[in-house]
Amino acid sequence: MRNQATISKGIDWMMIWLYVILVTIGFICIFSVEHRSQENILQNITGLKKNYSRQLLFIGISIVVGSFIILTDSKFFTATANIGYVFGIILMLATFVIGKDINGSKSWIPLGFFNLQPVETCKIFTALALSKYLSRSETDFNKTRSQLIAAVFILIPVSFSLMQNETGLALVYFSFLIPLYREGLPPLYLIIGFSFAFLIVATILVEKNTLAIILTAIAVFMIYLTRKTIRRDKSVLLVIVGIWLLAVSVQRFAVPYIFKHVMHPYQVERIMNTFGVDYVPDDNSTAKKIEEQKDDINIKKLKKAKENYNVKQSKIAIGSGGFWGKGFLKGTQTQGDFVPEQHTDFIFTSVGENFGFWGSFLLVLIYLSFLLRIVFIAERQRSTFSRVYAYGVAAIIFFHVTVNICMTIGLAPVIGITLPLLSYGGSSLLTFTILIFILVRLDADRQMVLR
Amino acid sequence: MISLIFIAMCCIIVFQLFNLQVLNSKYSIMADEQGKFRKVIYPDRGILYDRKGRAILQNTIIYDLMVTPSKVKGLDTLALCKILNIDTAEFRKRIVTAIIKNKSYRASVFEALLSEEKIAKINESMYKFVPGFYLQERPVRDYPFDAGGNILGYLSEVDSSFLLRHAGEGYQIGDYAGKTGLERSYEKVLMGQRGIEFWKRDNKNRLTDRLENGKYDTAAVAGQNMHMALDIELQQLGEKLMENKLGSIVAVDPKSGGILAMISSPTFKPKLLTGSERKKHITELLLNPALPLLNRSVGASYSPGSTFKTLQALIGLHEGVITTKFIVTCTGAFYGCGSGNPMKCLDRGTFDLKNAITISDNTYFATVMQRIINNPKYPNVDSSLANWDRYIYAFGLGHKLGVDVPSEKRGNIPTPAYFNKTYGAGHWNYCTFRSVSIGQGEVDVTPIQVANEMAYIANKGWYIIPHIVDSIEGGDKFDMLSKFKEQHKAIDISDSVFETVHDGMQGVVERGTGMGAKVEGITICGKTGTVENYFRGVKQENHSFFCGFAPRENPKIAIMCVVENSGHFGGTYAAPIVGLMIEKYLKDSISDPKRKVQAEALSKLNLIPPRIYKELRTRDSIQHVKDSAYLIEKGFIKILKDTMGLEDDDNTDDLIKLKEAKQKEDQQKKKDSSLPKTNKSNTEATLPEEQKMPAVKDSSQ
Repeated sequence: MRNQATISKGIDWMMIWLYVILVTIGFICIFSVEHRSQENILQNITGLKKNYSRQLLFIGISIVVGSFIILTDSKFFTATANIGYVFGIILMLATFVIGKDINGSKSWIPLGFFNLQPVETCKIFTALALSKYLSRSETDFNKTRSQLIAAVFILIPVSFSLMQNETGLALVYFSFLIPLYREGLPPLYLIIGFSFAFLIVATILVEKNTLAIILTAIAVFMIYLTRKTIRRDKSVLLVIVGIWLLAVSVQRFAVPYIFKHVMHPYQVERIMNTFGVDYVPDDNSTAKKIEEQKDDINIKKLKKAKENYNVKQSKIAIGSGGFWGKGFLKGTQTQGDFVPEQHTDFIFTSVGENFGFWGSFLLVLIYLSFLLRIVFIAERQRSTFSRVYAYGVAAIIFFHVTVNICMTIGLAPVIGITLPLLSYGGSSLLTFTILIFILVRLDADRQMVLR
Repeated sequence: MISLIFIAMCCIIVFQLFNLQVLNSKYSIMADEQGKFRKVIYPDRGILYDRKGRAILQNTIIYDLMVTPSKVKGLDTLALCKILNIDTAEFRKRIVTAIIKNKSYRASVFEALLSEEKIAKINESMYKFVPGFYLQERPVRDYPFDAGGNILGYLSEVDSSFLLRHAGEGYQIGDYAGKTGLERSYEKVLMGQRGIEFWKRDNKNRLTDRLENGKYDTAAVAGQNMHMALDIELQQLGEKLMENKLGSIVAVDPKSGGILAMISSPTFKPKLLTGSERKKHITELLLNPALPLLNRSVGASYSPGSTFKTLQALIGLHEGVITTKFIVTCTGAFYGCGSGNPMKCLDRGTFDLKNAITISDNTYFATVMQRIINNPKYPNVDSSLANWDRYIYAFGLGHKLGVDVPSEKRGNIPTPAYFNKTYGAGHWNYCTFRSVSIGQGEVDVTPIQVANEMAYIANKGWYIIPHIVDSIEGGDKFDMLSKFKEQHKAIDISDSVFETVHDGMQGVVERGTGMGAKVEGITICGKTGTVENYFRGVKQENHSFFCGFAPRENPKIAIMCVVENSGHFGGTYAAPIVGLMIEKYLKDSISDPKRKVQAEALSKLNLIPPRIYKELRTRDSIQHVKDSAYLIEKGFIKILKDTMGLEDDDNTDDLIKLKEAKQKEDQQKKKDSSLPKTNKSNTEATLPEEQKMPAVKDSSQ
């Protein structure tokens, strides 16, 4: 009894509950996508014939793994962080030799009953290694040299996953900028990076005059806010006007110029299509060019058409949910298999269609509370290791959630990353479970100073 | 700061969700379009019963063998090939066609409309063929007696013009609707009410499940059953008697107007148009020069010949231009219009009205009509002819009766306007059209009109529009039967006038021209007709006509029969056929062995005119010329399409028009041989074209 009490002591039960809720929602969603009314549920579950039954198995494994992590000493994680990182890199290299081809990317290692994706699991090792490095007493993160070393930690897995043709997963690693920012990386990098990404996406999605007006409005608003400062220091005004000019010129001239003259029309079309936007060239010659190039690159065309189809179907499914949704198992779109990959990358469509706006809103709210809870946990840590790690976890989950949901509702390109804890798949579920449970373990020992 | 980024991002997501799900409704419309399917459920069509409650048109189920190509792998296909009598090459070909037509994961028809024998064999070893193959039910029409094809009609797929005309009535492409016969005229009653089921549909266009367990579905309502006046046994006897002949029999119950039998010969076995070889059969039928798809009973018109004389008698008596004692002597011909080209009579002598009917004296009725037309009561021939027309219309001639069998023709009754147009006002008189007095020349009637006229005479002055359907189970919702309840009695002619005519008609059967119709123990009133006719300007063998009713005291059946181009006289062939029909109907069976022998002999007698065989040979030789361009040019191809033009014209009409066009050409060439002033605009499209040339020569019997 006493032993049990010490184990559970300090564990953040809110995290555990949020975890359980999300995993349950995930199971329900996968079930609703796959289940057909004539089928025998029990037989499917015991026979492991369906994805939802396999997901149930993965949940079971995750619980076991999670319990083990809870029972592990926190020092174990700090001690093995560097070795783990090396192990993760070796795993990634191994895929080049024994990798299995799934959906066109050779990033999977077959492990009998399920396939492991090292790029996915390597997130854990990277997070731990990064925490370890930053928590070293000799590391002074204000120095550029340390910042560069931290960047190398991130860029190694990024380059490997790019080589494996997993662009989406590579991008995930850039979310480590968030803990780095917390540890003293100048915010300018973050702000510039985010703003630029926003601007490009907005340029593609929003009508150009509207966007120009919005940008101008923001600039005017900023000037209004900082009017007192401007009175004292005219250079602030200059900076704001400069940024405004830059943004508008990027939006009005740079992006169109790049689209028109630097990139091939088919590339532009592809970018547009990943957002579910139909690309209509300005002039006929460009259109003709596309037609000509289309003949050459049939495979690319097919892939593009598929991506466009995915986003359109996903938007139809979510949009048709309305405010209240169609009800559990009543979604015609998810039940009709219209959305491809709807049990993995597009699992959000089943929430959107079956439970409508209120359901989607609630899910977003659960994710948000999850993230805010992690941030709260991060800030109460005494050791830098735990804090960096916590922010790393928050950043990864944040990136996954926003990009995944944004891609299903047409706000982000389709880059094929999962919705944490909801999407079907052992690799993804296990990775997030381990990430979260290590955090829970570390948090339980928040009084300890770990290095 | 970091928390703010999280919150901001979530706000953007929620904003976009709100935009997609609440503000925008186009996505739910798109979702409904691709995710829901409105499945139409076809109810059973109504069943038709004859007057004794026997089902003569009902529904049955036949099976299509369906295949889902993606599930065929590893099945015992060889066994299936054996059952279906196909080789593996053919098997592969069908699978490939199915994949091309319908994708490999959707079911397609592998073999349609399987024979019973094949179904039995497949069922036996079905376990070898699942899940790649399955049998799909398909309801079809079934004809237990396989008779009455021309009356019952058949179904065919609706075409685009039909859909246009019946927009909003729930028809879709691929539906079937009645194309001819009762199937067509009672389509609304028989089709019932379609049900609708809402189904979920998946991305491969397969139906997966009922939407919300059928909450929005509407059930199908079966078509209404109908009871007919028709006696199927009488119909079968009539069809048998008319085998190897062209022509028609129509029998009507004079009291109710119900049609007891309606035979058009040659006819077709209705079962031919339901099975797997439907297309082949329909082509064969459409190309047959004897026009088996034409319902001659309502769609062909003939000069009535001497059967018309009874009507002249009625008019003469009622107008008072003659009395029953009126006597005319025939010295060999009718000289009332001078001696040029007189109408001959066969029996010389002096006759009163009764005897004139009995021996069918031409001179007598030429005189009667001359008196009607030249009646000083009327100022001119225009008004007296108009008055005569009034009677004829009242007898049900010269206009469509409104029978419930489609494609009825109007026939033709000459009017003053017609003669004014043809000859110019004032340039014609009785002598111009004297042949009308004996039912030749410009007068055309359909068999149903003649049968109805007999019912009129039998009822002594009224008729009910002939009809096949007596009642509809569950009520006459479309008000289709009320017109079959009222008596038509336009002119009040006294019973004594009718008695005189009845006397004459009884004499016809007892000692006159129609003795062939005599039946032991039944008083039959009848009238023969021997109709001269021409085809493409060439005189053909006479049509044999007989019409009558029985028994005289309490008429239960009014009947007419025409045998085209039979030669000889009306009494020769038509009279005995009518006699047998009356005996069958009134005595319920033909028991006398002698009579049975007579019926068999009549049935075997081949009276099809040689020109039909000639045309058949021509057609076959044309068919051998495989050049389809040639066929199209000849107009044969365009009438082959097996779809429907339901409103007024059907395929047979096309064929008729085609033929008429040809005939006109021919006539142009032969103009010299025919009489100069015969304008043919007086008729509607009438087939068998033969009777068209006004014969101002002799006609008798």
